[in-house]
Amino acid sequence: MSGYKPLGGRIVTLPFIALGVLALIGFYYLGVRFTDGMAAVTNLNGGHAWGIWVVYDVVIGTAFACGGYALAITIYVLNKGKYHPLIRPAVLASLLGYALGGFGAIFDMGRWWQFYNILLPWNWNFNSVMLEVGLCVATYILVLVIEFSPAFLERIGAKGLLKTLNKLLFIFIALGVLLPTMHQSSLGSLLIAMGYKVDPLWQSLQLQPLLAILTAVTMGFSIVVFEGSFSAIGFRRPTETPLLSGLGKAIVGLIIVYLVVRFAELLFRGKCGLIFAGDFSSLMFILETLLFVVPVVILASEEKRRNGRLLLLAAISMLLAGAFYRFNAFLFTLDPGPGYSYFPSVPEIMVTVGIVAFEIMVFIVLVKTLPVLHTEEHA
Amino acid sequence: MKRRDFLKAAAGGAAVLCTGGAAQARENLQPAPQAVGMLFDSTLCVGCKACVSKCKEVNGMPPVIRDGQVQFDSASDLSGDTLNVIKIYKDGTAKVKDSEVDGFAFEKRSCMHCVNPGCVSVCPVTAMRRDPATGIVTYHADACIGCRNCTVGCPYNVPQFEYDNPFGQIQKCQMCNQAGVERIDNGQMTGCAEVCPTGATLFGTREALMEEAKRRLALKPGEIYNYPRGDLGKPYNSHEKAAPEYKQHVWGEKEAGGTNVLHISSIPFDKLGMPPLGERSAASIAEGVQHTLYSYLALPAVALAGLTYVVRRNTDDDGGES
Repeated sequence: MSGYKPLGGRIVTLPFIALGVLALIGFYYLGVRFTDGMAAVTNLNGGHAWGIWVVYDVVIGTAFACGGYALAITIYVLNKGKYHPLIRPAVLASLLGYALGGFGAIFDMGRWWQFYNILLPWNWNFNSVMLEVGLCVATYILVLVIEFSPAFLERIGAKGLLKTLNKLLFIFIALGVLLPTMHQSSLGSLLIAMGYKVDPLWQSLQLQPLLAILTAVTMGFSIVVFEGSFSAIGFRRPTETPLLSGLGKAIVGLIIVYLVVRFAELLFRGKCGLIFAGDFSSLMFILETLLFVVPVVILASEEKRRNGRLLLLAAISMLLAGAFYRFNAFLFTLDPGPGYSYFPSVPEIMVTVGIVAFEIMVFIVLVKTLPVLHTEEHA
Repeated sequence: MKRRDFLKAAAGGAAVLCTGGAAQARENLQPAPQAVGMLFDSTLCVGCKACVSKCKEVNGMPPVIRDGQVQFDSASDLSGDTLNVIKIYKDGTAKVKDSEVDGFAFEKRSCMHCVNPGCVSVCPVTAMRRDPATGIVTYHADACIGCRNCTVGCPYNVPQFEYDNPFGQIQKCQMCNQAGVERIDNGQMTGCAEVCPTGATLFGTREALMEEAKRRLALKPGEIYNYPRGDLGKPYNSHEKAAPEYKQHVWGEKEAGGTNVLHISSIPFDKLGMPPLGERSAASIAEGVQHTLYSYLALPAVALAGLTYVVRRNTDDDGGES
């Protein structure tokens, strides 16, 4: 009926078991965090209150999960229906990525047992960017569940409910475009109040939300290309390169806009000299910028866009660029003052690795059992 | 919606985003009407750390022990167990007190009680509050979710989470006025000011302390001055001492909108580890951006209406199937 079918096949494979081992290690250390406190597992300290759990699991993880958002803009706002076959796996990946982000936010919360305080209106502080992020991400996870639910309802054959849902789905799709626009830009705005602690090369103040949303949408398109290419290889399915190469064009356009805004800010605020200062920040900036430029160079030509391998390479470069931009701003070049340094501990890293492994396991199980991947060959 | 229309709308949104922030940004806040604070005069501090010890006693916190030696308190920085700490500046031979070259000096680190507190601005659940009368910045664990945005948003890294406690909370100086202590409400002064033997830490109203600070800065080096101890409003005694050569800078008069705890010194503040702050508080810039985008949720509401219309039209063909 919908052209989407469960992939079927064995669930427990060797890679699946390997992922399971990583997940178990991660969950063990997560347990220690709850019994013995954050210091037992993390290297967080008085100057670095946000480590990889916030910066990777929440800030970068949800940007990686923008595939559903980017495709919703393409298909439902710009009315490009031909991309429809890509939406279900993208929404599933978004749901899992955001669920990880939400879960990450909870276990990073020092007073997690009081998390509901952010839902109580009399506690709300409307000056707080964090309030917007918290409420908006929580709502979007619910929206993603609803957006993905047709796959589940088809599987269990709940036709009546499916029909009703399909009639109302446009409201949730609209929310699914609005909410990520709001919180992905706000995740950038979190940097504003950090003031001087953020390196001048990344402290763009009023432009933080714009740079954050531009890179988030671009990462969304890139993750769709990435997942599409990997599904083709990993699950031995026909390649979707013709469809994905169209997204390559969007990626190029968005990166160019981003680079113009980024460098205009540095130019107008007189910070260009810092790029060539030769210190750690300038090195990170140059590396990050190269990662943004690589996809533009690769994807500018129509011919290269149609080459599945080059397209994948460009997408990976963009994903690294977006991740680097966030890591650099929030963590690598962050300077809270003399006497403080941070490098994540092994248990801290293992928690993040374990959660990502778990996320991939759930993705594999769901595409094998629910109608997520599109079946026919498409133009 | 045509692609061009969408791009136009997006560009318009981006324009609001970029320009509106500056247009609607709020000014720095003004000091609270009866703002209380402290004046720390680095040139008077002898590094005895009586204030560190008294602070622990008032707040019921254990001393930090280093290398197995109990020496009053060995805390080297603020933490969940230390709300007030004395740090040392050393240069070269470190022989001369209050000399930038080949000298040493002491610096107190504790909550500055900002006039525009970053922690209050960024806290999603209003667990950080600025007292409307006294300007004291207080913490309320019952509301706190432990996101630690206060630590990140504080220019001085003051709010500290108890990382070693699975059910920890944020700790910060509340000017000895938290529930159960309430020294200020009872007409007393802060613990650290009370025990300071040289009057390096002085308690008082922000206004009186500012006047005192400026009086000292106007002194000629070597001029004899009568330095009060304790509470500037009712000093229990004072001592006479030759004035040092002060830097003409009251830290906290203007930094990031000002603080209720003021510092003066004869060594530049960046050398004493104070952060590079302008007059505008970063939090007020963040608030300006946030209020431009989310005032009455008008912009999101309009966007949602437009998106709903467009999505509805574009899903008609395939029955809204996702």
